[in-house]
Amino acid sequence: MDLTNEQLIEMYITMNKIRTFENRVAELFADGKIPGFVHLYVGEEAVATGACANLTDKDYITSTHRGHGHLIAKGGDIKRMMAELFGKNTGYCKGKGGSMHIADLDLGIMGANGIVGGGPPLAAGAALACQYLDTDSVAVCFFGDGASNQGTTHEAMNLATCWKLPVVFVNENNMYGISSCTLNSMCVPNIADRAAAYDMPGVVVDGNDVIAVYEAVGEAIKRARQGKGPSLVECKTYRHRGHFEGDPCAYRNDAELEEWKEKDPIPRLEQKLLEMKLLTDGKISEIKSALQKELAEAEKFAEESPLPDVSELTEDVYS
Amino acid sequence: MPNMTFAQALNDAHKVEMERDPKIYVAGEDVGVYGGIFGVTAGLLDQFGDKRVKDTPITESAIVGTAVGAATVGLRPVIELMFVDFIGVALDQLYNQAAKMKYMFGGKARIPMVMRASCGAGIGAAAQHSQCLEALFMHLPGLKVVMPSTPYDAKGLLIEAIRDDNPVVFLEHKLLYALEGEVPDGTYTIPFGQVDIKREGKDVTVVATAKMVHTALSAAEKLAADGISVEVVDPRTLCPLDEEGIIESVKKTHRLVIVHEEVKFAGSGAEISAMVAEKAFDYLDAPILRVAAPFCPVPFSAPLEQAFIPSEEKIIEAVRKVRE
Repeated sequence: MDLTNEQLIEMYITMNKIRTFENRVAELFADGKIPGFVHLYVGEEAVATGACANLTDKDYITSTHRGHGHLIAKGGDIKRMMAELFGKNTGYCKGKGGSMHIADLDLGIMGANGIVGGGPPLAAGAALACQYLDTDSVAVCFFGDGASNQGTTHEAMNLATCWKLPVVFVNENNMYGISSCTLNSMCVPNIADRAAAYDMPGVVVDGNDVIAVYEAVGEAIKRARQGKGPSLVECKTYRHRGHFEGDPCAYRNDAELEEWKEKDPIPRLEQKLLEMKLLTDGKISEIKSALQKELAEAEKFAEESPLPDVSELTEDVYS
Repeated sequence: MPNMTFAQALNDAHKVEMERDPKIYVAGEDVGVYGGIFGVTAGLLDQFGDKRVKDTPITESAIVGTAVGAATVGLRPVIELMFVDFIGVALDQLYNQAAKMKYMFGGKARIPMVMRASCGAGIGAAAQHSQCLEALFMHLPGLKVVMPSTPYDAKGLLIEAIRDDNPVVFLEHKLLYALEGEVPDGTYTIPFGQVDIKREGKDVTVVATAKMVHTALSAAEKLAADGISVEVVDPRTLCPLDEEGIIESVKKTHRLVIVHEEVKFAGSGAEISAMVAEKAFDYLDAPILRVAAPFCPVPFSAPLEQAFIPSEEKIIEAVRKVRE
């Protein structure tokens, strides 16, 4: 693997940053501080982290309703994210979007998306622009097992191959929509199997192995940058929490959850980095401490920020 | 001034704009080699090449969706939806993505795209190829809705639409494509949100759109013979809507008839009626009447289709009625 030590530690930090953020959001949501819905990424951190470690600010991503992980992995500012979740006007979207619509176009983050399957055509479009403008930027489309059955996804993949668009479709297969399990809702066992239908490379990776994700997505991104067109990387993973916060998860069982918790991406990387002597217990505490501090600052920022004024209600409808 | 058809005027708008701005691209089904099934994009592929004029698969949600994504990143797509009726399979990308991204992202996104679509009945194309759906699009904050009635308006409004930084739905009645009219060469724009008085009058205001503008004008001619002076007001853009322009006419005539080919129930006329009743009630000497299609899908058989489309007779009847 061609990862530097710095990159490995960076990925460890990023995954922990996502985990601490999401766990805190779960608490704040239960406390009534965050309106609406939140869909947490706990357990899936390796996918966003491994994929985005291959990208720069000049590359684009589209995200999903479960977007906090993608946002953080692509360099999003957790202060502005938290403020947006609280509905404050200092949030990424001035409080107008909320969890499912956070975007940072300066970082190439084309938004979380409340529509399952909403992202693939947008990602293909961003890739089209990259190709048209002759940059070597690419677009990475994060989409789930649910979205893999949505018509828009198929259309985006077909068109991406027809036009050789520099887009990488990174599937996060966590086996469940809300309660619908892939066993009942998907006609093939692997989403990657569908890649053949669109004449693009399709691989399955262990989505809880951040290095495997990094390498597989990295290959696909290289292909795209070389003008060879789209690819599909299916990351098998699992969400530790419900589809939404408050979901009683009656549709799955504890044994399954425990099985997947054994494969938690963060302890796995931690173990590896300890073995490589890139981490020590001291360094781990330091990292976690720093993350807690950053998180506390983000929360303070969100708490102390003002709500939007009603006078802003109809602003920003049109350019 | 040269004479052009409505389709040629639209074609010309594409040409002058694509020559001016390399970021504009055209995409849609049969727009390239075929030149568009109504001929609107004829010759563009030869002139600009296949990077800028893209024949697509039959894939509306990807045609619209990739346009939204590309526009977000800096291109200016001008896409064609062959028939407005096909919006169904792509509506999410238009109304949940394109229309809302700027607002949901707190003002940061910019989606400068045009989605052109043919609409309207009269050629026996039947229910799924003949609708007028302007009210659907008007109802979605974030979109602009343009509906020209003449070749002159078509070219100027399309150039304006291409230059607008918002997602614009540009509706072209299919029976207008062959209509000829005077159209200047070169470049000009027509601002959105500005009515055009197609015929001045003092007794009754008739607000009409697209093909109904011409039906209203014929009705006005006939009524003039009876000494009734009809003012035909063409909104040209339904969103933004020139409320002032419509009200100014109503202040003059005190009577309003609205004509559209859409189904009457919850059509664009409902919005215009409510707006006028709300803002210019004191100027009205009669209830507002709407002449529009009945509440059914567009039928196939000729006598049924003709009964569906609002006729000159029905407009004349309504004008007489508001004067009672």
